[in-house]
Amino acid sequence: MNLEGYTLQLILREIENGSLSPEDVNEFYYKRSVELNSVLNAYITLLEPRSRAEGDLKGIAIAIKDNISTKGIRTTCASKMLENYVPPYDATAVSSLKKHGGSVLGKTNMDEFAMGSSGENSAFGPTRNPLNKEYVTGGSSSGSAAAVAADMAPIALGSDTGGSVRAPASFTGIVGFKPSYGAISRYGLIAYANSLEVIGILGKSVEDVKILFKMIAGKDPMDSTSINVDLKEKNISKPNILVIKSFVELSSEEVKKEFYNSIGKLESAGFGISYVDKFSLTDYMLSSYYTIACAEASTNLSRYDGIRYGPKVESASNWRDYISKARSFFGPEVKARIMMGTFILSAGYYETYYLRALQLRKMIKQEFEKIISGYDAVYVPTMPVLPWKIGKAIEDPKIAYAADVLTVLPNLTGSPAISIPVGKVREFFVGGQFIGLRAEDMKVLKVAAIAENVLQVKKNGRN
Amino acid sequence: MEEIKVGLEVHVQLVTLKTKLFCSCSSDYRGKPPNTNICPVCTGLPGSMPTLNKKAVEEALKVALMLNAQPYETSYFFRKTYFYPDLPKNFQITQYDKAGGYPLAHDGYLKLSNGKTVRIERIHLEEDPGRIYYEGSRATARYSLIDYNRSGIALIEIVTAPDMSSPEEARDFVERLTTILSDVGINVKDYEGSLRVDVNVSYAGGERVEVKNVTGAASVEKAIIYEMFRQKTMYEKGIKVVRETRAWDEKRRITIASRGKEFEAEYRYMPEPDLPPVTITESLIKKVKEEIGGSQEDRYRELINDGINEELAKKISSDKNLFNVYEKIKFYEPSLKQLAANVLANEISYLIKRYSIKTLPEDVSGLAEILQNYRIIPDHESVVAYLKKWIDGEKVKISFKTVSAENIQNDIMQIISENYEKIRNLEYNKKFEFLMGILIKKFGKENKKVLVEELTKVLNKIK
Repeated sequence: MNLEGYTLQLILREIENGSLSPEDVNEFYYKRSVELNSVLNAYITLLEPRSRAEGDLKGIAIAIKDNISTKGIRTTCASKMLENYVPPYDATAVSSLKKHGGSVLGKTNMDEFAMGSSGENSAFGPTRNPLNKEYVTGGSSSGSAAAVAADMAPIALGSDTGGSVRAPASFTGIVGFKPSYGAISRYGLIAYANSLEVIGILGKSVEDVKILFKMIAGKDPMDSTSINVDLKEKNISKPNILVIKSFVELSSEEVKKEFYNSIGKLESAGFGISYVDKFSLTDYMLSSYYTIACAEASTNLSRYDGIRYGPKVESASNWRDYISKARSFFGPEVKARIMMGTFILSAGYYETYYLRALQLRKMIKQEFEKIISGYDAVYVPTMPVLPWKIGKAIEDPKIAYAADVLTVLPNLTGSPAISIPVGKVREFFVGGQFIGLRAEDMKVLKVAAIAENVLQVKKNGRN
Repeated sequence: MEEIKVGLEVHVQLVTLKTKLFCSCSSDYRGKPPNTNICPVCTGLPGSMPTLNKKAVEEALKVALMLNAQPYETSYFFRKTYFYPDLPKNFQITQYDKAGGYPLAHDGYLKLSNGKTVRIERIHLEEDPGRIYYEGSRATARYSLIDYNRSGIALIEIVTAPDMSSPEEARDFVERLTTILSDVGINVKDYEGSLRVDVNVSYAGGERVEVKNVTGAASVEKAIIYEMFRQKTMYEKGIKVVRETRAWDEKRRITIASRGKEFEAEYRYMPEPDLPPVTITESLIKKVKEEIGGSQEDRYRELINDGINEELAKKISSDKNLFNVYEKIKFYEPSLKQLAANVLANEISYLIKRYSIKTLPEDVSGLAEILQNYRIIPDHESVVAYLKKWIDGEKVKISFKTVSAENIQNDIMQIISENYEKIRNLEYNKKFEFLMGILIKKFGKENKKVLVEELTKVLNKIK
């Protein structure tokens, strides 16, 4: 049996009508994962199928990013620091999946502690792009994206702090959904930047991510920042979308061409297209984002001191020596962000950097709410460039900048955003993202579903 | 003697709460095996998130109102970062009054016995850390053990202005505060280590020295006396007192330098992104005020108005339990109030202390029975025994075969004549003893008082 190209929707339907059994499905993904993982490095931990067929998900196993806590299954954050950490509890999103009859297929590779945009910053080695294994997958949910794109999982959970679901979805030609801030409980998601991040979903179609989203969304008493978003289907047939030109102009020629091409197709299909020249605070988005993210990260990551979990420090002369040694297990990118955050929060700099970053975030949110009013969604490219060769970003910091500039806006505003393939260049895809107002998740999902249907970029997919 | 200035930071555990400040672990951690009263939240496991115990806000608000402080409508939790093994996240969630933060309440005061007013700058909520155990002494221990059972217990911190100018005043402050706390049910005396004080002392306008972790009013006084003389000696020798943190050694009754200046705290405060702001509404204040009832001053005034002397009034008003019983008796039988005041301030206070009694019975009819028959209860021990019975909730019924003085004189005369031969040559004392023996046998011990009086009269008459 070959399930290549199968969507979750199709699998569930075929199980329903008896032409597929959940055991066969899990067996297929497990075997294929074992086979491909040595090349793609999508999984850090892979589990043998053992679920029972029950619930809406019929026992189907799902890939989970390795920063989402899974009871009894090691959860490493792709870090030496948590190499052998086995959480005693499930993240709320995982227990919701289990309640719906889902199970854990494996824990996917990622940039260490979700810090990175390429999937290269992993203590377990870089994830390789299934479209071309010399190229990056994008990050930080690199393994989740690679697993879905390579048919090593029917669907996957990731997390999105500044684009970590949408970027790898775009680079691997799949759908990546970052819900509104708080729409899915963060309880059990190992924190990088609490006020920006949310658990997201990577799948083969908009319908697929919607199926899973409805199962795990909702207010959780364990997460005070969680909210109930409206899960009713939205009735839109001719969406009105707004394109921010300056965002498109930041992109490479190839991306720009494909993106404008997609606008043309959408317009012919009845989309209302409007343009705004500039998002005036564009230049402040990344600095505000990094200031807040690093500050939060530096305190979140304080807890890794080698006492309760983490690698043992063999000898230390005193407590300070012990924690310095324990904390040397962090990788270089994580260390850099901890140091930046520590500096930002130091006396005298807090007001200069952190408080101003918070003020900027507020202003960015206000500007976004102003420009989107009257439209169903904002439409911009997800990544301004195509995937680059593994190792190249480390040489060229401009690439790292480009990797984040278009994706951080929804994290700063708490908006839902979904990236779908909207064009194709050689073996790669160009991703476009639809961004909406916070809590209007079903609206962006609807707009994206219509666009997906119009553009038909991945004709080989089986729905 | 030069002037000293003393300011206090008092940490009080909210022992009336059922659960910890940010998780559902029990707040009753004392006496449990190490690390059994814990969960992912209070051990700071990766991915766990705090959720606020709303009851803690109410309890803290009660204390704030009793201390005449003004609650802020909105206050915030902050992360205070410092690395210490008993702090599982390596940051403490607390409230902060700078960087755009507000504590729970501000600007209160407490009046000392000498009429002086001590200003209270702020009151805020925070979490208690775990505890470190050393095998033997800290200096020689081969290893240290950490118990997180206490981690996350709700604390309030009460910060005073440096308004106290003697060790006695500081002691008085802590004692008065203890009474106020017991008024709202926080009986710190019943929970070891539930009230801990950081004492700030400066001598002759010099630098302030902070003595950390002093437990109880008496030790606060001792620590200040020690510090006063230490600083005085330095002052007289011309040595500059440096701003530093010292620890109180309860056994040796001295303060010891604990943290050098090089570790001058850099706490890198930042808002806790996982917790929403705390809001205190007018209706919550109203509700809490109703629950509190009156203050010690109100109770004292009522007792004085009832004609109870100052000494008794002071004693009864200092304990809400005693006062409640007094009020009930007054309602039950107003003529008993003076006697009730006496018994409450003496015998019942004694029993409460002796047996560590936490609450007195709601039903005062047993006590009324004792008071109504007080005159005929033969001795003090019997009074105490009856009171103990009442406190233990046993039924109290006092029924003596009481004898009237006239009848008894005839009986005494008869006994004397029956035994005339035996007693006529005895000395007065021996004669008295012999006759009392017979009388007690006949009328019972409970009539001892009357018997002694009447026998004396008869013997004096016939002498």
